[in-house]
Formats: sequence, structure tokens, C-alpha cells
Amino acid sequence: MTRPGKMIRLVVETFFKKPATTLYPFKKVEMPANFRGKIIFKPHLCIGCQMCMKDCPSGAIKITKLPNKKFECEISLAKCIYCAQCVDSCPKKALESTKEFELAVLDRKNLKAVFSDDTKETSPE
Amino acid sequence: MRKVVIPIGPQHPALKEPESFSVTLSGERIMAFSARLGYNHRGIEKACEERTYIQDVYLVERICGICSHAHSTAFVQAVEEIAGLSVPERALYIRTIIAELERIHSHLLWLGVAGHEIGFDTLLMYTWRDREVVMDILAELTGNRVNYGINTIGGVRRNIDASEISDILKAMDILEERTKYYIQLAKEETTLIKRLSCVGILSHEDALSLGAVGPTARASGIPRDTRKDDPYAAYDKLEFKVITDDHCDVYGRTLVRLGELMESYKMIRQALKEMPTGPISVKAPRKIPAGEAFSRYEAPRGEDVHYVKADGTDRPERVKVRAPTLANLQTVAKMLEDRQLADLPIVIAAIDPCFSCTDRLISLREPKKPDKTLAWEDLRAYSIEWYRARGIDFTKVNRKISRRN
Repeated sequence: MTRPGKMIRLVVETFFKKPATTLYPFKKVEMPANFRGKIIFKPHLCIGCQMCMKDCPSGAIKITKLPNKKFECEISLAKCIYCAQCVDSCPKKALESTKEFELAVLDRKNLKAVFSDDTKETSPE
Repeated sequence: MRKVVIPIGPQHPALKEPESFSVTLSGERIMAFSARLGYNHRGIEKACEERTYIQDVYLVERICGICSHAHSTAFVQAVEEIAGLSVPERALYIRTIIAELERIHSHLLWLGVAGHEIGFDTLLMYTWRDREVVMDILAELTGNRVNYGINTIGGVRRNIDASEISDILKAMDILEERTKYYIQLAKEETTLIKRLSCVGILSHEDALSLGAVGPTARASGIPRDTRKDDPYAAYDKLEFKVITDDHCDVYGRTLVRLGELMESYKMIRQALKEMPTGPISVKAPRKIPAGEAFSRYEAPRGEDVHYVKADGTDRPERVKVRAPTLANLQTVAKMLEDRQLADLPIVIAAIDPCFSCTDRLISLREPKKPDKTLAWEDLRAYSIEWYRARGIDFTKVNRKISRRN
């Protein structure tokens, strides 16, 4: 039962193996297809029912009405817990999860995403 | 020999979470041990009362980072019982699969922590490397590595498709092979056996009288498992053994957890094979009718209990959570009685404690008038009096501080 050097085979094997870790910041990590990352908003689909606001567990999402039946969405990236309940709650699929997860910023003012135009997302900088 | 009382915690290198223990020592022997909870109270039960049911699912999930599925399932089960929803079969199977994957990741995590606590860091590195396999599977199935968010009231949020099934089966094969190696290691490695045997002994009778749950109870020979005793989700359709052990010590708890890993692989394979097709959720009402329900769930650490009381609105009237660590914490004092101080970290780690999950409200009452609760000002006055009676006066220091401000 007690044979010294029993692990030696495993130790030698380990020398010829690749490291189990990845060089993360240099080598990007790919998230699975249905990862719940940063939420994006498609203003042309929104009907302003505010179901996402009602269901958000952390109050991170704010829909405001603009003229011409358009809606603006502001998501606080600090408050958001990335549960994607808003994506499930939206009856028109105006919200969507992305694979983006590297959301750290140096200034807390930048921790929000504002979506008001169909084409681009504005970030207060 | 003179007795010495040493405080361990709230911040201590041997502890992973803020928790305070007071250990009475005579030399190196522990004479008495007492634990103090409350450093991580987050007010989750009260916060649940101020949120809607659907928001609460995500809130209770964050009670624990490791057994998050345990808490959300227990809560959702209680709400579904009040609302009288019949959850589709497929949803129950998906819940069971996620629950078992969570058990695998939690037990592998524990094995690594236990290895670290006894100075066997190779085991920590190996098990945590293997744990990544199951974490990746959980991320693929649910969209996140922790806090899976798979549950919703009336079912689950995500389906499992054919490619995911083959990925799970592949991962199970890898993990089963690795776990066989760990079982062999646990049975043959002399350093591990000698370090863990006869450490933290909890006899069968003590485990029963102190109400131990989970692997702690099962390692003392009590076949107590909610999955068998009161089956929920799809556990009544799955075949599995309740792993027990008669070692009654930390070594026994290691063997129980390793045995449970093997059972989990078997259960996941069976669940994936027998999973029926069909819808994964039913529509749940926003307002839950008045009523109350009590839900039990076998978390990786033991039985998790949720109580929900509804009053007909969209918010619960009361949510009560009893995390498994609270049931197991009392056994630690028994395990450490008349033992060496050096065994303390591994004995505490052996119940797989999760202190922040355990912290619930403590109401502070005045010692002589039990019906009067203490407010913050009263507590302050009480503490000043308490110190003054022991010859410590903070008046001068206070004056100095207030002058500086």
C-alpha cells in the first residue's frame, strides 16, 4: 500500500503537459454562445411598456420616452447583476445579452450605457 | 494548567469568511469552543419582502455563491406550491441536472480547500483544475459560471439541446476518471489518511442529537438525505444511493463527498437519458395567492430550508431561510472538544461552512427586560456602561476625537 515514489509517474507526465491555465489578458477568453454579459438595447423595437424596469432585481435599467414615440434606455453597468431577466421580460425582444464581460472602467461615471439611437451606443466620456 | 481564551476571527488567515470563534485553551488542548455569527448579515430576508417574486428569485440566489441553485430552487419550489403551479417534467429534470452539476463543483471545491487546510496543496491545484471542467459546462448551460439564474417561477429559463448533452457527457467521463483517481488517493495516500483520521470525531449519537445535516451527518452513519427522504424535482425518478460512512471523522466526510461525486455523475447520465421532451416552463401569475409553503432542498452542504408566506400581492409577506451551515455549526463545538488547536482549521472546513449564508437577523434584547429590544443608542450606552464597569473609560478618547473634528 505504501510505496514511496508512487506519484513519480504523474510528476514526470506533468513535465510534458501544457499549463492548465491560460494567459488571460493576452489571450482572450471566448464565452459560451448564450453567456449573460452586457445587455444591449434596440430602440426601434421598444414599445415603452417598462416591463424590464419592473422586473429588474437591482433597478439598473431606465426607459425614458423621447419625442416621436422613441425610447431611450440607460443601463447602469454597476447596478446590473447580469441575470438577463429583462431579456426574458421584454415582449418585443428589444433587449439582448451579449458575450461582453470586460466591463471594468477607471471612472465610475463611465459605468453606464445609454442607447438612444439605432446605430450606436453612447457612453458618457 | 492555566486556561487561555483566544479569539479567532472575525478576520483570520485560517478562515475564508468573517466569523468569530472564541477558543478556550489549556496548553494546546481546546477546552471550550464557541462561535459567534452575524458579521455578514445582509438583510436578505427583509429585502425579499420589498421586491416582487421574480426579483426575489435572483436575490435569494445570491445568498450563497457556491450553492446558489440550492437557494433559488428552494424558494421557487415554495412559491410554486403556494401558487399551485404544475411545473413541466422537463423543467424538473433540468433543475436536477443543474443541481447535480452544482454538487460536483461544490464537492470538488471542498476537496481542494480541505487539501489546502492540511497543507496538501497539490490536491488543491488538481481538484480546482478539474473543477473548471464543470464550471465551463455550467456556463454553457446557464450563461454564467456562478449564480446560474436558470430558475424562474413555473419552470426553468433555458433548455438543454443535443450538443450540450454531448458536452455534459464528455465532461462527466473526464471527471469520473479524475474522481476515481481521488478516491484511490484518499484510500491509499498515507499522509492524507493519517492527517484526517480521528480528527473532528462526531459520534452517531451526537450527530443525531445536534441535528447535523448533509455530508457531516452522512459521515456519522446517518442516512439523511432530502433527495431520498422527501424527493423534489426529478429525484424520485432517479436511481442513486445515499452514501454513508462509519468513520465519523474528517476522513469519513472526505470519503462521503467523493462517493457522492460518483453518484452525481451517474444521476446526470440517467437524467440526460430519461429527460422527456416538452415545454420548460408554465406561465406564472405576478400576484401569488395568499398562503404559505415550506420547501426542503438537499444542498451540497446539507438540507436547505425555505419558508415563504404570501399575502395575495406580488410581494411575499415573509421569507425565511435556514442555510445548512446553521444546522452543522453546533457540531463543530462537539468535534473540537478536548482536541488539538492545530485541528481547528480542518475541522471547521470539514463541515464546508458558508457563514454569510447562515447569517440571519439577530434581535438584541436588554438582558433584564426580555420584551424590550435595544436600539442603536441603547446599544451604545450599554457598551459604554459595560466597559466602564470593567475599568475602561473611553470618555477622554471620545473628547479628543470630537475636538479634532
